[in-house]
Amino acid sequence: MMARIASTVYAAAIYGFIFLPVAVLVLFSFQGTLFPIPPFNGPSLRWYHAVLGDARLTAGLTNSLVVAIVTSAIATILGFLAAWGFARFHLPASALLRGLITLPLTVSYLIIGMGLLIFFNWIGLPKSLMAAGIGHVVINLPLCFAIIYSQMGDHQANIERAARDLGAQEWQVLALVTAPILWPALFASFFLSMTFSWDEFVIAFLLTRFDTTLPVEIWNLLRAGLNPKTNAVGSLVFGISIVLAIVFELVAFRKRPQ
Amino acid sequence: MTALVTIEGLSHSFGPVQVLDAVSLAIQPGSYTVLLGPSGSGKTTLLSILGGFLRPTAGRVLIKGKDCTLMAPAKRPTATVFQDYALFPHMSVGSNVAFGLRMKGVAKAERLAKARDMLRIVGLDHAFDQRPHQLSGGQRQRVALARALVVEPAVLLLDEPLGALDLQLRRQMQDELKAIQKRVGTAFVHVTHDQEEAMALADHVVVMNRGRIEDQGPAERVYGRPATRFAATFMGESTIIPGQVDAEGRIATALGVFQAPGLTPGSAACIAIRPEHVHIGPAIPAIVTDVVYQGSFKRVTATPTGAPDIRLLARLPAGAPVRDGAEVSLRFDPAEIIILKD
Repeated sequence: MMARIASTVYAAAIYGFIFLPVAVLVLFSFQGTLFPIPPFNGPSLRWYHAVLGDARLTAGLTNSLVVAIVTSAIATILGFLAAWGFARFHLPASALLRGLITLPLTVSYLIIGMGLLIFFNWIGLPKSLMAAGIGHVVINLPLCFAIIYSQMGDHQANIERAARDLGAQEWQVLALVTAPILWPALFASFFLSMTFSWDEFVIAFLLTRFDTTLPVEIWNLLRAGLNPKTNAVGSLVFGISIVLAIVFELVAFRKRPQ
Repeated sequence: MTALVTIEGLSHSFGPVQVLDAVSLAIQPGSYTVLLGPSGSGKTTLLSILGGFLRPTAGRVLIKGKDCTLMAPAKRPTATVFQDYALFPHMSVGSNVAFGLRMKGVAKAERLAKARDMLRIVGLDHAFDQRPHQLSGGQRQRVALARALVVEPAVLLLDEPLGALDLQLRRQMQDELKAIQKRVGTAFVHVTHDQEEAMALADHVVVMNRGRIEDQGPAERVYGRPATRFAATFMGESTIIPGQVDAEGRIATALGVFQAPGLTPGSAACIAIRPEHVHIGPAIPAIVTDVVYQGSFKRVTATPTGAPDIRLLARLPAGAPVRDGAEVSLRFDPAEIIILKD
């Protein structure tokens, strides 16, 4: 009996530890007064109005969405092509090259961001959304590659061969056969990339200047001190992340007829 | 008659392993050719080279007189039915069959109509809108066949097409394959390791072993007069008895002396006796060592008392009075024995 109570308390403590900060953040985004501190006197949508009326924050939101969608699409396409190359052709030192392509997963974003900053400086590419976008492709490509490569079986190789045999050009094989068969993996990598790009801060902070992404705008806002507006924008970011994560789960783990 | 496909001196190696060794073969228009051999005999490699999926190390493939050796599968006038069918799982049966026509730029209405016609030929027009995973193995097999035939290939290549089916369905699909081939008139090249399948289907059987052609010809000829010892043992059962060719060109064996024209005197040779040519009769006393009742006949193994090393295989009537361990007297007609050079 005691053990049962103890384990329940322990579980509650763990989940509280993980989710209490988020719950507090979301709760005080509905605060009616100027400070996000108890007592709670909402609910009020005042701060959400303030966020949506703030040109910098809405621009950051749009920038973040554009960067997330574009870089995830690029990372998914590049990851797909790389996976196809490794799965279907005999390449010299294939295992080593596969290791190298997934290596960025283990390197910290700070190091990748600094490396890109130095490199872009050297080739004369200014700090911009595009620079940050390239950074996001760099961090998400290995992930997309790993997900898609794991789903490319030998059985599909024969299906591709059949398409070629029936007169399909190589691009038609990819577009009409390989990609449609792999769409759950493609979809999953796209949404996972979006989740990572959406709330990525370090690389965006290092590589953007005037136009920037939402996490960097939030950081700017936080420098001026806490107010419920930061809670409101934080809740928006959290909400969109949750939606992306749910879509990813549905696509990646849904049982499909085979 | 000019050959539809001419294969000249084809060799292929996977690394140090030679899987095809100077194979030459002609395939006639409208014929049903079966490549028969055990695994590792090179039959599937030969089919892959015909389909354009492999480039041979040496040799040429001519289709309708044109050198296709290095031509991509998409460009050559062949179509393949894969062992695992390789249907497109994300497309309907109709779209699967119409795929080849779509790649040729045939308009949608026309290609769907042709796909429907071809599905009717294989007896599956009702499955037009279904997905491949909704079909049974035999039905998928037929979709794969229709998909390959609808592009009107000069040669249809079938890689162990019945291998994944159970025995009963296999015999049924065999008859259908033969009927469809007669109906469409396309030359079929079919790879199998099942000699019954080969005999049932083939106009022309090609027996392969270790990358070489051991024997080829009409099934009846290859079965009745196999060219080599391997062909004799792989195409049906037989009892092989070694012998020695004497000065008069006869072969002396433990079961008698037989005429063996054309053999070098003094050389070693063999005779092969098919089990259906062994009957009960007064000639060779033997002890029965095994009786297997097969319904319409008994498969009997007997050891001749005069030659205890030989296991003589006989196919006797189901009512034949033979028992395990009993004495029996057997005979065979010397005209029916097969002489094999060693």
